[in-house]
Amino acid sequence: MEATQVAMKEFEPKIVGFFCKWCAYQGADLAGTSRMKYPLNVLPIRVMCTGRIDPTYVLTAFAEGADGVLIAGCHLGDCHYETGNYKALRRFALVRRLLEQYGIEPERIRLEWISSSEGSKFAKVVTEMTEEIKKLGPSPLKEVA
Amino acid sequence: MENPKIAIVLGATCAGCDYSLLDLPPEVLLDVLGKVEIVYWPTATDFKLEDLKAVPDGEIALTLYEGAVNNEENEELARISRQKSQNLLAFGACSCFGGLPGLANVTTREGLFRQAYLDAPSNESNGVTPLRVSTVDGHELTIPDTFDTVRALHQVVPVDYYLPGCPPPLDLIGEALTALVTGDLPPKGHVFGSSKSLCDECDRRKESKSIHELHGIHELIPDEEKCLLEQGILCLGPATRGGCGYPCVKMNLRCWGCMGPTPESIDQGANMLSALASVLGLDRETDLTDEAIEVLMKQVKDPLGFFYRFTMPTSLLKRAVRRNQ
Ligand code: SF4
Ligand code: SF4
Ligand code: SF4
Ligand code: FES
Repeated sequence: MEATQVAMKEFEPKIVGFFCKWCAYQGADLAGTSRMKYPLNVLPIRVMCTGRIDPTYVLTAFAEGADGVLIAGCHLGDCHYETGNYKALRRFALVRRLLEQYGIEPERIRLEWISSSEGSKFAKVVTEMTEEIKKLGPSPLKEVA
Repeated sequence: MENPKIAIVLGATCAGCDYSLLDLPPEVLLDVLGKVEIVYWPTATDFKLEDLKAVPDGEIALTLYEGAVNNEENEELARISRQKSQNLLAFGACSCFGGLPGLANVTTREGLFRQAYLDAPSNESNGVTPLRVSTVDGHELTIPDTFDTVRALHQVVPVDYYLPGCPPPLDLIGEALTALVTGDLPPKGHVFGSSKSLCDECDRRKESKSIHELHGIHELIPDEEKCLLEQGILCLGPATRGGCGYPCVKMNLRCWGCMGPTPESIDQGANMLSALASVLGLDRETDLTDEAIEVLMKQVKDPLGFFYRFTMPTSLLKRAVRRNQ
């Protein structure tokens, strides 16, 4: 009986969020202070710019048990370092292909552009991603010894 | 004073590392051989495991362990090597990072056997696969069990020194052996090699930053003076430790990264991925659609095999997810 209850308990994904401090992080803040409703599955990490998110950060997150990684920064054209987010786009296109070869579904890594005034977009993205990862289930890496 | 004892132990190896010992310049080799006592080196003469086991614990001054750890026998030898030696050196890329055999971590033991004995086009086994135990002329023979995951030496036992390369560069072998016989070993944890990246040492001209097309080495004869990466050839120099003298690049071939990651790096493949993605499409980065980016990146046909040629077992993710086979 107990075992069934444990099995029935809904899987709560752990998502690591790398948010640029100029836009997405403030958007997240706004969502919080405006008391918007969104799941609390994302662990936010503030970075200077999405262009500064090294692939090793994302790999480390997965290696340490993340079920998903959300990268969010300024809209294209608005990056405070001009083209950091363009760099991130190219870099993570390749990271996704690499993760697929490791057996990690590419949907587990998501890039979004969220401005400091887009609290509601932040809430929507987090809600969507949490749902999507719930459907995918826990990271397959967890079975790796 | 007695000469220091050395041992050369073989794990999951192609024995290429052994050959580079024999390739040492005669003056170095003879000088070293005259000043050490070899207690175990099965490639050179008929040493048996019993010979290694018979050495009192901690009595070997330096053991060179070559090859990865991929089966029970490799692991046993790694443990005995540790027990018997004051200093254990991971000899070659396989031992330091898992090396080429480490790429088996894309699959499982079963997947590996199936590929090797059944599925590979070159296979002529007619469905015959090796048995763990077999009887020949009334004798029962066992072969060591293969592991599911290939490991580097330090993932099995503590390691004192690392000498990367596939095979290790002769100068560095000379440096390590000379350090031993002169009693001047570096601090533990030392990696024989340079503290710079290969690109820092490479003398090719680097000028343009952006690249668009990637080429296989069979598709063009590269300019011998210009940086290979800038010519669209996937050279692993930016993410690789120097110290090998870049023989491959001098031969107009790309670096595959056998010296492993640069000193501060925690993942050679991720560093190379980052370096490549930064320059690919750079000068028109603001015009690229998502589709155009996909097309650019798809030029890297096998990111894992390219970025982690020698380091998959010591990469952050270590192995691929086991799929239900
Ligand atoms: S490092 Fe290279 S030469 Fe040495 S055992 Fe491994 S594959 Fe062979
Ligand atoms: S990428 Fe290769 S060719 Fe270019 S500088 Fe680096 S090592 Fe030399
Ligand atoms: S150039 Fe690269 S592949 Fe060639 S020996 Fe040096 S590190 Fe190894
Ligand atoms: S500063 Fe926000 S993405 Fe570059």
